[in-house]
Amino acid sequence: MSAEIKWVYSDKVREHFTNPKNVLMDEKGYDYDGKGVVGNVKCGDEMIMYIKVDGEKQIITDCKWKTYGCASAIASTSILSELVKGMTLEKAYRVSPKDVAKELGGLPEHKIHCSVLGDKALRAAINDYYRKNGMEDRITREEARIVCQCMNVTDLEIEHAVLEGARTFYELQEMTKLGTVCGQCKDEAEALLKQFVDKHFSDTEP
Amino acid sequence: MYENLIYMDHNATTPLHPEVKKAIADALEVFGNPSSLHAYGRHARDLVEEARGTVARFIGASPDEIVFVGSGSEANNTVLSALTCRSSRCACSVDLVRHALVTTTIEHPCVLESSKCLRERGFPVAFLEVDEYGKVRLDQLEEKVTEKTGLVSVMMANNEIGTIQDIRTIAEMVHDRGALFHSDAVQAVGKVPVDVTQLGVDFLTISGHKIYGPKGIGALYVKNGVPFCPLIRGGHQERGRRAGTENTLGIVGLGKAIEMREREMAGEEKHLLKLKEALRKGFADRIPDIHFNGHPTDCQPGTLNVSFEGAEGEAILLYLDMEGIAVSTGSACASGSLDPSHVLLATGMSAERAHGSIRISMGRQNTREEVEQFIDTMPAVIKKIRDMSSAYKRS
Repeated sequence: MSAEIKWVYSDKVREHFTNPKNVLMDEKGYDYDGKGVVGNVKCGDEMIMYIKVDGEKQIITDCKWKTYGCASAIASTSILSELVKGMTLEKAYRVSPKDVAKELGGLPEHKIHCSVLGDKALRAAINDYYRKNGMEDRITREEARIVCQCMNVTDLEIEHAVLEGARTFYELQEMTKLGTVCGQCKDEAEALLKQFVDKHFSDTEP
Repeated sequence: MYENLIYMDHNATTPLHPEVKKAIADALEVFGNPSSLHAYGRHARDLVEEARGTVARFIGASPDEIVFVGSGSEANNTVLSALTCRSSRCACSVDLVRHALVTTTIEHPCVLESSKCLRERGFPVAFLEVDEYGKVRLDQLEEKVTEKTGLVSVMMANNEIGTIQDIRTIAEMVHDRGALFHSDAVQAVGKVPVDVTQLGVDFLTISGHKIYGPKGIGALYVKNGVPFCPLIRGGHQERGRRAGTENTLGIVGLGKAIEMREREMAGEEKHLLKLKEALRKGFADRIPDIHFNGHPTDCQPGTLNVSFEGAEGEAILLYLDMEGIAVSTGSACASGSLDPSHVLLATGMSAERAHGSIRISMGRQNTREEVEQFIDTMPAVIKKIRDMSSAYKRS
């Protein structure tokens, strides 16, 4: 009976959750070139990514990880670690949550934030490598721009809220407190909301 | 149908009792409208009233104090929404000053969300906090239930940690302060003895599917003489307290489920407590860094809530599911929200620990063998998750 019942996520998520690839079992014995930690156990997800880099070719030769989190977080990290092997740093830097979700055969909307951490951790690991190798100029800072002046809410925070599930202006307000004082930013915030929903959530549903 | 699977999620829902199935199957032919005066209708009416009598007897009420509703959530919504009624017809407006609600931080979402809605509509709402075991803090009750409080709602047994409140004491304190008292007893009735007269409650909520009855049926006890305002209007059914043609099959199922609880509940408690103790000991002996949540003794007999350091709840749940064991979790990830269980957080637990919790709720059919199998399965599941966890101390 149980075999006939559809699983909660895609087969790909199931595969990577059941048999996660490239888990780092022994940090001390692993000679990595870059390490990135993102997330927080308090929020339910934490990821550490480790990369080995071929300095000449600027290619990721190996990737290992540790993740505290749910099935989609585990599967996201696992598939990402496979995906980036052999990839140039430049290309790996641009891997998006959408790419991860696509590789996994889609994630439910409320689980997209789990895949967000993966690519963030990867970028953090690459940044770590750049820093250690005197290539700070390659680090792209994520520049935040304030949208709501009253409550000091930035566009990055709006994007984050969208990834965490905000779909309506009301939900955005609930999560960020944006536009709760003078309300002047409402039009811009709504435009950004739409933009980020399109960016992250068109065609990612299974 | 589910051979070789182990179901330990009875606080979510329960399988139909075989006797309930039979009773519903027998009633399938009875299609009459219980309100009709002809033979078809009278037949259906008889079934409904027989069930009403059973439910009433089981909780020490009289039949006219039982209102059949569509679910436990509906019952709770009905009671809370009555607070907003200002109609003299409903006799709710006895005291216009008493319009505040007091409830707790660990209620079921149907009470919490209704409370927040009342607040948004301008009614004052206060939340009583709980201690580390999930027991309502009575000192706060003394302070927060005032001459403005119209209704106090405190659940009897908590669905997540199983903690049972001292409803009798609470009801007494509430009545001393002149307010009405409601208890959501969905997780208590049929699991532990509940007698409305002894407890002294004004309203009490019962659900069918938590006690081997069908889904979509609940009952609300409304003490004779207390103000009441219906949530669903437009019919004389349930003496005008809940409009809509009676769900005859659901009511028959609930009645039979309660009848079976009457017969089976007492003997079951010991069995469940033994199973729980075996699980607790089995886990504690074989898995390091775990914590048991909820009250050690004032607890539903079949419920065990446990946290595993460095392991996330949804991952535990899904690995167990692959092993054929069904439990639930208080982690955020399984529910789709970002915050872990509000109940666990309300007990003062850290978010880390709450994310790593699972709820095991056993029922009448669980066996010692199943518990042994669970104990044998769990260490490897937890080890696998901890091995890949960034949050479990790597030695």
